[in-house]
Amino acid sequence: MTTPLLEVKNLAKVFKQDGFEINAVRDFSVSVKKGDCLAIVGESGSGKSTIANMILGVHPPTSGEIHFKGKPLSPRRRKNERRVLQLVQQNPYSSINPSRRIGATLKLPLKVHGIGSSQDRPGRVEELLAEVGLPASYARRAPSTLSGGQCQRVAIARALASQPELIVLDEPTSALDVLVQARVLILLQELQSKRDLTYIFITHDLAVVRNMADRVAVMRDGQLLELNPTGKIFENPDHNYTRSLISASPVITKKEIKLREKLKAGLVRER
Amino acid sequence: MQRTAKIILSKPLSIIGVILIALVILSALFADFITPFPSHRGTVVDFSNFNQPPGWPNIMGTDLVGRDLFTRIIYAYRISLILGIVVLLLAVPLGVTVGLMAGYMGRKVRFVLMRMTEVFLSIPPLVLAMSIMGVLEPTLINGMMAVTVMWWPWYSRLVYNLTLAEKEEGYVLAAEVIGASKLHIMFIEILPNCFPAILTKMTLDLGFVILIASSLSFLGLGVQPPTPDLGSMVAEGARYLPDSWWLTVFPGLAILVAVFGFNLLGDAMREVLGTHQ
Repeated sequence: MTTPLLEVKNLAKVFKQDGFEINAVRDFSVSVKKGDCLAIVGESGSGKSTIANMILGVHPPTSGEIHFKGKPLSPRRRKNERRVLQLVQQNPYSSINPSRRIGATLKLPLKVHGIGSSQDRPGRVEELLAEVGLPASYARRAPSTLSGGQCQRVAIARALASQPELIVLDEPTSALDVLVQARVLILLQELQSKRDLTYIFITHDLAVVRNMADRVAVMRDGQLLELNPTGKIFENPDHNYTRSLISASPVITKKEIKLREKLKAGLVRER
Repeated sequence: MQRTAKIILSKPLSIIGVILIALVILSALFADFITPFPSHRGTVVDFSNFNQPPGWPNIMGTDLVGRDLFTRIIYAYRISLILGIVVLLLAVPLGVTVGLMAGYMGRKVRFVLMRMTEVFLSIPPLVLAMSIMGVLEPTLINGMMAVTVMWWPWYSRLVYNLTLAEKEEGYVLAAEVIGASKLHIMFIEILPNCFPAILTKMTLDLGFVILIASSLSFLGLGVQPPTPDLGSMVAEGARYLPDSWWLTVFPGLAILVAVFGFNLLGDAMREVLGTHQ
């Protein structure tokens, strides 16, 4: 068996505040193969984002290990350890600095990781914008002139800029309206196959999970309830909680399916 | 720019503020050309013409050694503005750096920096400046230093609070995930989002710095004669009230005009930049 791209072993996080201890994540283990998409689902406060932050090295885990390509990641991440793991956040308006131009935002990862010379960075920014379906002129624009969907595309371009191998998508579509959601998801799927990316997709939207994920981890109160292939989760879940999650999610209408087909055919372009 | 002009011109008080400040700054800049007796800013003595009430050519009267009061007030504006600007140029970068570090770095850095800030804030400002000036020689440079020492903590507290809020924004997390340095995150990512509030406070403060500097020199701890200074002019004239009223009233009015103008302008800035601190 080949080594998984990312292996998380017995990860736990305890937050201490005013003498209280909160077990945000308890004994979480999972491994992700290269090119896979692992979905982590669960309600708010179930520890999904805490796991994401530990994988990305924002918070050190209380206990447990994170291995990338078979090697343990250091608690204080080195630059090249940060480069390969990137993030797309939920709120595109907050994740893009309002006082910097789009070009400057996209240049940051290039500068930090010394990708390309300073002369060819504007060119690279244009390529990144093109990759997420935005015109090159957007590099000179301020974030306040962009729509939510466009901001999220910029955030995706920024995550791609450092040429990562794994991207954590932390509810990347839940702040967007339905039409824009669909377009962003299609873009994410295209990028995954084109760049051979591995995704960890954090969401509470099960309709999205069915489309994107290869495997699903279901979380509740910081604990992993079940980890199964997407097909099994939707047809025959092991856990009652998973069943109640699925039954609570809205059903896709025929109209939406039609729209999705149309989008996939590339008939509707975002501008 | 158009939006800025529109907001300022829509309020009569803002217009008054802009006019007052323009008058103060322009008269200070072109003092050599608009004052009738430019040499009177220094040690000129004209006993044939001393302590004259307002008239012609001394529209605000003359002081106890016969110097034109109007001339001296305009030159005093020049000193006050230079002092105010220098104080802010020293205090703002210091306070901003301390505030950013206290807000963004870890708990220990915050503890040390904010306790230090609070110690400075807890001493009544004028008392702090007076004690510094009491120890040092009363010169313009030392006056600037004294006012700077009491001024920077206000900026560090302002920026500290702004940083605490900004640090929760997604763009800070994004920069951390990318691996940007703490310096980059503090000064390139967070600081620009604090500029509107800092600029507003600077405009308001320019008036207060002038007021405090005048208070110091009123107490004899500021700029020394013969350099013209509004505070020491008021102090000198106070002994001859109410007979020689012009000696105190005009320098006093001059202080009022500058402080009032900067306050009105600061309020206008607050509107324009959308900051409510």
